[in-house]
Amino acid sequence: MNRKRRAKDLVLTIIVWLFSLTGAAFLIWIMFTVISRGLAGISLDFIIGDYNLYKGRTGIFPMIAGTLIIIFCTMAIAVPVGICAAIYLTEYAKQGVLVRAIRFATESLSGIPSIIYGLFGYIFFKNALGLGFSVLSGALTLSIMVLPLVIRTTEEALKSVDPGYREVSLALGASRLYTIFRVVLPCAVPGILTAVILSMGRVIGETAAVIFTAGAVPRVPRPGRVLKSSVRTLSVHLYLAALEEADFTSAFATAAILMVIIAVLNFTAKRIAKRLRGERLEGR
Amino acid sequence: MKRKTQRAKPGFESFEETAELVFALSAWVSIISVILITVYILAAGLPPILKIGVFQFILGTQWKPTAEIPQFGILPMILASLLGMAGAMAAGVPIGLFTAILLSELAPKGIAGFLRTCMELLAGIPSVVYGFFGLTVIVPFIRTRLGSPSGNSLLAMIAILSAMVLPTIASISETSLRAVPKEYREGALALGASRMETIFKVVVPAAKPGIAASVVLGMGRAVGETMAVIMVCGNIPRIPRSLMDAVSPMTAAIAKDLSYAGPFHRSALFGIGTVLFLFIVALNLVLNAVVRRSAEGRHDIG
Repeated sequence: MNRKRRAKDLVLTIIVWLFSLTGAAFLIWIMFTVISRGLAGISLDFIIGDYNLYKGRTGIFPMIAGTLIIIFCTMAIAVPVGICAAIYLTEYAKQGVLVRAIRFATESLSGIPSIIYGLFGYIFFKNALGLGFSVLSGALTLSIMVLPLVIRTTEEALKSVDPGYREVSLALGASRLYTIFRVVLPCAVPGILTAVILSMGRVIGETAAVIFTAGAVPRVPRPGRVLKSSVRTLSVHLYLAALEEADFTSAFATAAILMVIIAVLNFTAKRIAKRLRGERLEGR
Repeated sequence: MKRKTQRAKPGFESFEETAELVFALSAWVSIISVILITVYILAAGLPPILKIGVFQFILGTQWKPTAEIPQFGILPMILASLLGMAGAMAAGVPIGLFTAILLSELAPKGIAGFLRTCMELLAGIPSVVYGFFGLTVIVPFIRTRLGSPSGNSLLAMIAILSAMVLPTIASISETSLRAVPKEYREGALALGASRMETIFKVVVPAAKPGIAASVVLGMGRAVGETMAVIMVCGNIPRIPRSLMDAVSPMTAAIAKDLSYAGPFHRSALFGIGTVLFLFIVALNLVLNAVVRRSAEGRHDIG
């Protein structure tokens, strides 16, 4: 190589490295800022305290409860439906128009922005079905939103189960359903768990689709009417604390908590995926 | 082979069929959801658009929903969304593509693993946290250092959006770069091309359809982003004359006003939602075309 080409190569290499590191630098910047400024506002009282602006109480316990309720209800709807849909796609469906339509639908759903989900939930679940601002409206809207993620991840997990297992089970006289529930699904559990964790992360981080369906009432709902009450999730609280109440201490603390939860979920999902890969390599 | 049912005890037959029906119905849920979303968004948004007049609505430059003679022109919002998207692409595509190149071609395993974790975390950070970071760090920076009156500006919006589209572009481009057969690289290197020449003249062109798909996906994310943008854009529906001007993209306009809007104002917001929805549908069609062409391209090589 002549000198000019070598110099060009070197310059390009440096540019590629520099550009790539900006992404990492930005992540470190945002994480460091949010967590270091958020720590100041985090205390036991903040986490287990209640919320009442008139009394000057800015605890986020109701928001933690609200987030957990929304996660639980969304998962209770999306996970069974998503797993059943994935079972249908991998174990039953023949390639054809229906499968193509289902794929097109799930892909379209994953491309729809959250504000459109929020609008849809507002128009359909809240107004048309008369569910009002409630956990139910929010969970139904969010279930549709995470459905593609659950279906796709579960499908991958089911597809990666050795076809030999199915054949052996069927050859031993087990029925198709028995094979699915006793042989295929247990092998796919780690993959399904990854799907659940990833969708939990999406639900926790969601704001636009929640605020117009589940509302923003900062109170722990009464036990008898959880599904009908409006709740405020941590993300919604961060938005309102920053923009409406201009309470930056609470907002930073909430942001830091959100960040840590997301990082932990991400890490857990990665660990499961890694273990899964390890096991599969061992199996060979 | 797969279709063959097991003739087990007759009593179980109907149970098996019921289960299959349940699975099939679950699979239908996504189709039904897409239909419901399309129907309800259009049903809520098209009537107000038609009432205002398609051209007045889309090309009107005045958005005064609460004035005595209300005006509903959303051109400033459409422009803000498009400019924000274009700006995010201008910064996000090179960074994302170069990150993908580094991950698939250059970086040692350890560094690649670290960078990939960074991208996953960037993708996982909630949009409202991005927005809050923009509000408390980037907006003040623009106000004090770059001399924008409030700091809430198109530039702040672009800065946040670039970081948000980065992981999408990087991860999908990386996948498509990795799918380029090893022989291409070996062939180019054997012909005397340098490492960078191989990457930029052989590998990247071969991965073009996948990279294009990643860009289209990133565009969808940028246009649809709401909470990150609403906190930094200033929410003033005026046609921006510079990067320092406050803007109000479609998503922010909907989210900002929905909770307190009066009946017709609210319908007009549904109208904005419809325009946004149609834009996303169009992007999805483009994406499908790109992916299909890339599948055909693969076929040619094979």
